Amino acid sequence: MTEIATPYIANKRTPMRSAEDLRAQIPGWGADLDPADRPSYPREQAGIETGAHWDFPERQPEKWPRERSVEHAFLPPVFGTSTPPAGASGAIRRHAYKYSEGRAAHWLLLIAADRVDAWEHHLKSFATLHPDNPITETGVAAEFRRDGLSSGFGQKRADTNHQWIDPIIVSTRWVLTAVALAAALKTLGKHRTT
Amino acid sequence: MVYRGPYKIRVEEKDIPKIEQPNDAIVRVSKGAISGSDLHLYHGMIPDTRVGMTFGHEFVGTIHQVGSSVQNVAVGDRVMVPFNVYCGSCYFCTRGLYSDCHNVNPNATAVGGIYGYSHTCAGYDGGQAEFVRVPFADVGPSRIPDWMDEEDAVLLTDACPTGYFGAQLGDIAQGDTVVVFGAGPVGLFAAKSSWLMGAGRVIVIDHLEYRLEKARSFAHAETFNFAEYDDIVVHLKKETDYLGADVVIDAVGAEADGNFLQHVSASKLKLQGGSPIALNWAIDSVRKGGTVSVVGAYGPIFSAVKFGDAMNKGLTLRMNQCPVKRQWPRLFEHIQNGYLKPSDLVTHRIPLEHIAEGYHMFSAKLDNIIKPLVVAGQS
Repeated sequence: MTEIATPYIANKRTPMRSAEDLRAQIPGWGADLDPADRPSYPREQAGIETGAHWDFPERQPEKWPRERSVEHAFLPPVFGTSTPPAGASGAIRRHAYKYSEGRAAHWLLLIAADRVDAWEHHLKSFATLHPDNPITETGVAAEFRRDGLSSGFGQKRADTNHQWIDPIIVSTRWVLTAVALAAALKTLGKHRTT
Repeated sequence: MVYRGPYKIRVEEKDIPKIEQPNDAIVRVSKGAISGSDLHLYHGMIPDTRVGMTFGHEFVGTIHQVGSSVQNVAVGDRVMVPFNVYCGSCYFCTRGLYSDCHNVNPNATAVGGIYGYSHTCAGYDGGQAEFVRVPFADVGPSRIPDWMDEEDAVLLTDACPTGYFGAQLGDIAQGDTVVVFGAGPVGLFAAKSSWLMGAGRVIVIDHLEYRLEKARSFAHAETFNFAEYDDIVVHLKKETDYLGADVVIDAVGAEADGNFLQHVSASKLKLQGGSPIALNWAIDSVRKGGTVSVVGAYGPIFSAVKFGDAMNKGLTLRMNQCPVKRQWPRLFEHIQNGYLKPSDLVTHRIPLEHIAEGYHMFSAKLDNIIKPLVVAGQS
C-alpha cells in the first residue's frame, strides 16, 4: 500500500531534531522561544520611551516650497533637504505631487521625472569640467579587477540570463546623445557650406 | 557619493550639512555599508530618486556638531545610527512603529523617513559620505558600547536587526520549519534568528552558491539552489512532507530572480514596484494557515503578487520596515552571549573614493561579495 503523505491525515510529520540536540548544536537555540523575549512582540506597544522631550517637534525652516503628499494634513515638521526639484524634471515632480499616493499617476510621473532628471544632468555635465564618464561612474572596471569572468561563468546563477540587458540600458542614452550630436554637427556643416 | 542616474554614481565634494532643526546632529561618518536595498535605488527602481542625492542608510561615526536642544549625545561621542529617521513622539513612534513615523516624511505617508533612500523616503542625504545630518539626535542614535566592534555596530544599523525582526514577524513556534528566501545579509540574519526563536528546521534558498555556503556555515541552515530545480516550490513541498513550511520569510524583495519576465519587467523596465518572485514562491511554499514574513523591500507601485492563493490558503502576511532601535537591547545581549557575530558577514571594505566599483561589484555579485562596508577617509 502506498504510504499516505502528511497533509492527508492528522498528526504525521517526519520527526524533527529534539530540543536538546538543537540546543547542543546551535548557539543560542531557543533563547527567544518565549515571545515575551522578542523585542517586537507585540509589534505595537503603547507608551514606549523613545527619548523625545517634545509633544510635537519644532518645525525646521521651509527654504523652498517643499513638495508633499496630499495625504498629509500639513507639511511635517522635519524633512530632508537634498536636491530640491529643478528644471523640467522638477516641474514633472511638482505635478506628480498633486496626485495622492493611491494613484498610479503619482508614481509613474515620478519615475518619468527620474529619467528626465538623469538626461538633464548628463547634458549639463558636458558643459562643465567634470562631464559624466560612463566607465568610472558605472564601476564597470570591477569586472576586470574583481573576478568578473569567474563570478559569472560556469556558475548556476539565475541572473546571467538577463545581465546582457544592463549594458544596453546604460549605453542607450550615450549612443542616442552621440547620434544627436553627430546630426547637429552635420546640419551645422551643411549650413556653413551653403 | 552622489547618484548620477541608473547604474551610475560618482564621488563629489559637497558642503558639510547644516543643522536644520534644534534636535539635529551632524555625524562624521567613519564606516558605512552598501545595503541590498541600495541596489534598488542604484538601478533606478524607486520613484523620486534624484540625481545628486547621496545614498547610505547604514553608518556609524562621531558626533561633529549638535543642535541647541540635543541632550542625550555630545560632540565627540561615537554613535551608531538606525536607518530609520523618526521623531519619537507621533502616534506611530509612541507605539514602537519607528519605521512608520509621521513627522519626518512630507513626500509620502506610506513610509517613514530613511537616510539616503530617495525622496519617496523623505529626501535625507545618506551616510555614504564623510558627514551626514542626523535629525532627532536624542531619539535615533546611540553611543556605541565600549565592548562593541565598530563593524558589528554598522551591521546593527539595518541588516542584522531587519533579519531578526523578520524572524519575529514569522511568529515562530518551537519546532517550526522555516524557509528563508534570499541568502544576502538580511536573509542570513533571519535564518540565524529563526533558531533563536526555537525553529526545528531552517532552510535557505538562493541561486548564488557562495552565499548558500555561508548560510550553511554562518546560519547552520539546510540550503537549496533554486537554479538547480525545475520548480523550487515543488521541491520544498517534497522536503516538508507535502505540507509546506510553517513560516516563510521573503528576504529578497524587489529584484528577485528566477522568472525572466517578472525580473525584467520590474528591475529593467520598471513596470512593477518589484519583481515578486520570492514573495510568490513564499505564498506557494508555506503551508495552509502558515505565516509569510516580508522584510525584502519593494517599490510603491503595483506588483504582480499571487494574492488569491494567499487568501485561499488562509495565510498570515506580516511585514514592515524594521524599527531598528527596538531590537538593539536584545541583540546586544545575543552578541555578548556569543550567539551572534554580525561582522562575520563582512566580505569587503571599500574606500569611499572607489564606491562606484563597490556598487558594481555588489550589483553583479562579483568576488563572492556578501556585505561591503564603505570606509570614509581612506583610499
